[in-house]
Parts: sequence; C-alpha cells; structure tokens
Amino acid sequence: MTESMVLALIGGILIGVSSTTMLGGIGRITGISGILGLSLGKIKAEHFWRYTFLGGLIVGGIGMKISNPEFFDYQLNLPVAHYIIAGLIVGYGTRLGSGCTSGHGVCGISRTAKRSILATITFMLFGIITVALKRALL
Amino acid sequence: MKTTIVAFLSGIIFSVGLVISGMVNPHKVIGFLDVFGEWDISLMFVMGGAVSFNLIAFRLLTKRDKPFFSENWHLPTASDLDKKLLIGSALFGIGWGIAGICPGPGIVNLVTLKIEAFYFVLSMIMGMLLFHFTKSVWEK
Repeated sequence: MTESMVLALIGGILIGVSSTTMLGGIGRITGISGILGLSLGKIKAEHFWRYTFLGGLIVGGIGMKISNPEFFDYQLNLPVAHYIIAGLIVGYGTRLGSGCTSGHGVCGISRTAKRSILATITFMLFGIITVALKRALL
Repeated sequence: MKTTIVAFLSGIIFSVGLVISGMVNPHKVIGFLDVFGEWDISLMFVMGGAVSFNLIAFRLLTKRDKPFFSENWHLPTASDLDKKLLIGSALFGIGWGIAGICPGPGIVNLVTLKIEAFYFVLSMIMGMLLFHFTKSVWEK
C-alpha cells in the first residue's frame, strides 16, 4: 500500500467514527448536503445540532490547516465558472437526490439501504463520465 | 445540549478525516474519477474504511432501543427508487466531476480562504435554495 492509500484508509475510518458517533449519540445520519440544506431556513432550536456539526467541520479544518498545512498544498485552478456551475449542480442535485457522498455513500451503504446504493452507483458513474468527457473535449 | 456537543465533535472528526484522507483535494478526487486516465484508486480506501467501520458499528448500535443522547432514532424511511433519486444523484455526479468537490470537502475547503472555495459553497447554497423553491415541480 502506498502512503496515500494508508492516509485514505485512516481518514476513512475517522469518517466512520464520526458518522457512528452521530448515529449512536443522537440517532442521526451524517449527510452533509441534508444538514446544510435543512439549516438554511429560519434559525430554529431543532437545527442546533446541524449548526454545530457544520461549525465542527470548519473548526476541524482550521485545526488541520494549522497543524498539517501540507494537506492543503494544492491549487483550485479551474476557471471560476467551473466552481460556480459545479456548486449550483451539486447543491440542487444533492437536495433532489436526498444525499451526497456522506449520506448515501458512507451512511446509506453502511445501512445497506437500496436507495443509497443506487444513488452512489449513479453519482459515481456520472462523475466518471463527466471527468472522461472533460478529458476528451477540453 | 448534549446533541449539539455530540454533533460538534462529530463535525471535527469528520473534517479531520476528510483532510487526512485527501478528499478535500479536488485533484485527488478527479484522479479517482478518472478511471480511463491515470486512475488514482487511493480514495477507494476512504469509502472502504468508513463503510467497513460503519457496517459493524451501525449494526450493533441500532439494536439499542434508542441512541445514547436522544429519545428517538431519526433514520430515513423512504424506500422507493424514484426519478428524484436518480436525476438528483446524476446531477450531483456531474457537478462532482466538474470541480472534484462534494459538499463536505467544499465546506472544509473554506478554511483555505481560496476565493474559488467560497464561489463553490455559495453556489451550492444557491442550488439548494433553488431546489427548495422548485420542490413542488418534482412532486407531480
């Protein structure tokens, strides 16, 4: 195994620990698109766990940026329009499809939910096709 | 109160996992999706690690009557494989392939303070709001 595979495995297990903590602790699925999407409306007490989870993502990111900045040693060097278009499609699509890589990919598959397995196959497939098309056309 | 603390800690752990695994780096993600090019399979281990951990842990936990710090389970109940699930996931896949960023890593990338990360997250929020206001179209 290469170093990046080992890091991917360790990171993956941490993601498992996090989503297991959420499920066992408060009975919730760690689906980031849903957590973000549902926290966008009026501020409500029932959403507090969503706000603090999102805050935790940022705090964890800041901690890693300070302790191990080498993990962030990459460029976001696509044309700006790509990030805007991708963001819009990702936002709309994940809400329409009720989940993303975390909710369907990590949690749903672990619950062996048919919907999540189908969703994960679908977004992986379309991601692969999109990258292949970009490579062929651009 | 306990639920907010549990969620906060989970958010931190999740974020550290995303960073260490390389999921926050869009070049790695695109390398993973680039199966016809120089395929970088390392990200397979992210999902492999997370799912194998959860497969066991989820099974053990859901045998309990309720979670540790909440009165009820809040698990999805939908079971229909409908067009919303398929079209939504296909759209997400296309967006993921364009920029190499999915929602969690998008949010974590804000800490780089790169302007592109803010464009992505703001657009993602706009997309989510757009869905909210067009939701009824899909109910037919």
